Amino acid sequence: MTRALTLLRRRLVGSIFVLLIVVVGTFLLLEAAPGDAVDAYIVSTGGDAGMIELLRHRWGLDQSELTRLANYLWALLHLDLGQSVTFSRPIRDVILERLPNTLLLMVSATALSFGLGSALGIYAGARPGSFRDRFLSIGSLALYAVPGFWLGLVLIVVFAVDLRWLPIGGIETLASDKTGLDRAADIAVHLVLPVSALGFIYLALYLRMMRAGMAEVWRLDFVLAARAKGLSRRRIVLAHVARNALLPLVTMLGLQSAQMLGGSVVIESVFSVPGLGRLAQEAVAARDTPLLLGIILTSAVLVIVINLAVDIAYAFLDPRVGAGEAGA
Amino acid sequence: MSPLRRFLRTPEAVAGAILLAVLIAMALSAPLLFPGDPQAIAGPALLSPFQDWSLPLGTDRLGRNVLAELFHGARTSLAVGLAAAAAALVVGAVVGTLAGFAGGLVDEVLMRITDAFQTVPSFLLALAFVSVVGSSLGIVAIAIALGTWTGPARVARAEVLSIRERDYVAGARVIGMHPLVIAFREVLPNALPPVLAMSSVIVAAAILTEAALSFLGLGDPNRVTWGGMIAEGRAVLRTAPFLSIVPGIALVLTVLGVYLAGEGIVETTAVRRGLS
Repeated sequence: MTRALTLLRRRLVGSIFVLLIVVVGTFLLLEAAPGDAVDAYIVSTGGDAGMIELLRHRWGLDQSELTRLANYLWALLHLDLGQSVTFSRPIRDVILERLPNTLLLMVSATALSFGLGSALGIYAGARPGSFRDRFLSIGSLALYAVPGFWLGLVLIVVFAVDLRWLPIGGIETLASDKTGLDRAADIAVHLVLPVSALGFIYLALYLRMMRAGMAEVWRLDFVLAARAKGLSRRRIVLAHVARNALLPLVTMLGLQSAQMLGGSVVIESVFSVPGLGRLAQEAVAARDTPLLLGIILTSAVLVIVINLAVDIAYAFLDPRVGAGEAGA
Repeated sequence: MSPLRRFLRTPEAVAGAILLAVLIAMALSAPLLFPGDPQAIAGPALLSPFQDWSLPLGTDRLGRNVLAELFHGARTSLAVGLAAAAAALVVGAVVGTLAGFAGGLVDEVLMRITDAFQTVPSFLLALAFVSVVGSSLGIVAIAIALGTWTGPARVARAEVLSIRERDYVAGARVIGMHPLVIAFREVLPNALPPVLAMSSVIVAAAILTEAALSFLGLGDPNRVTWGGMIAEGRAVLRTAPFLSIVPGIALVLTVLGVYLAGEGIVETTAVRRGLS
């Protein structure tokens, strides 16, 4: 337990520096954008030069870049991300409203890809070189080459347009007044296609990693020892080979979280899921840079938290991970 | 057995090489076979494939020749994919070498910056960059490279850490070579193989990211892109799904070709190194 705590503390300190770099870097990048929030506001509402002057002053945009960065950081300490021009609401509220949908999408896609991917990987890796191994290997490589947004469109054509089995988009049936289990079932039905589109590429990745990992472990002496002991093949595969090949997949789980968050931008756009990714696209379209900044920061925090959780899980799963070794 | 012959004996690698060869041929022949603007109107709108042999793959919503767009799109995909991957590999190798060879504070700072880049989802970063700077072919390539240089940087650093303690590096120090010269002349070239081994994955990822960006309408508006074509076809997905499906298949085959050929090259050279 202390081991995990030491690890957690060291990672937390490092994360704060990383987050600071992200804030400053993203702030400066978005500062370079032509036009500011006032321009965006005036485009949508109209107003004269005096109005522009007044708004710039009120929103603190007439101050120097450095002052504004300091103000932003100070506000950030109070968990204040500023005001969204397009939504006329605090950015934090807008993001918190959209975040659950994205999290639901990510968690479901991760569960699908990790569960099915590692299971199929074990199935393929149990008999290296067999027909099913080669078939799954080539199949997963092909799947790995499929862009998620295109897969999403193909799934829509097949399952929503032609077969009419599943809804074409959205997160739930609008204005249906469903509650409790009915509502959960409704959301689950809406999630099938986007989760598949987002998760399949990672399913291929986990399958390939599991298979490759098992191929390495098969050669090790303890597998030979297990065989010599007369253990059943099933037991060797599950308790010895697969178990030892599983650890790298757990690391990948954390590393892939940022990728998946990025992937959900396009998937949410394809399936009109009102999540963080779609919000990012709306922010870009409306040139709402403070909102985009807020989304990027939220994503970064999310990625850091997920990786921390994975690190801690790893420390419990693998007793060799000592608190003494320095992580770079 | 020579590496080339070993490569040719792997069916997957050969399939990948053929796919890539077709793609490169498409990209190079596009201006010859389909001169003029591929975005110009060529016939009636929404012509289905295989109806009119002067327009084999039919036309889109605006009556543009799908086959011509497909050929010109191959140019964009290939150009952006290769440029972004090259930039990512060069920046990654340089940053990784500096961090690994210098150690101490330089290493610490560079690696925290690498962490920061890995913490922000690379697609969001690309989205933000393109929306700030504007979209042209070069900007899209840079935007993609921004999110992909971190992998090569980590691999290069790990390699350099193991190389910098070797005798020939100590020898170079003793004869008074400048540390930067040692880092880039002596250490970097020896750290390159595992970095280059990542290139097929990076090219493939870059092609996919470019497609996703142009699908969202953030690609170069003056170029035909496969992602843009897929987005174009989305409006008529119910009546003419082939408009979205055809460029998607091209995309899948391209990425598959890059993976297969890349894996073939890595495997044949790795075996050779293992034997020697």
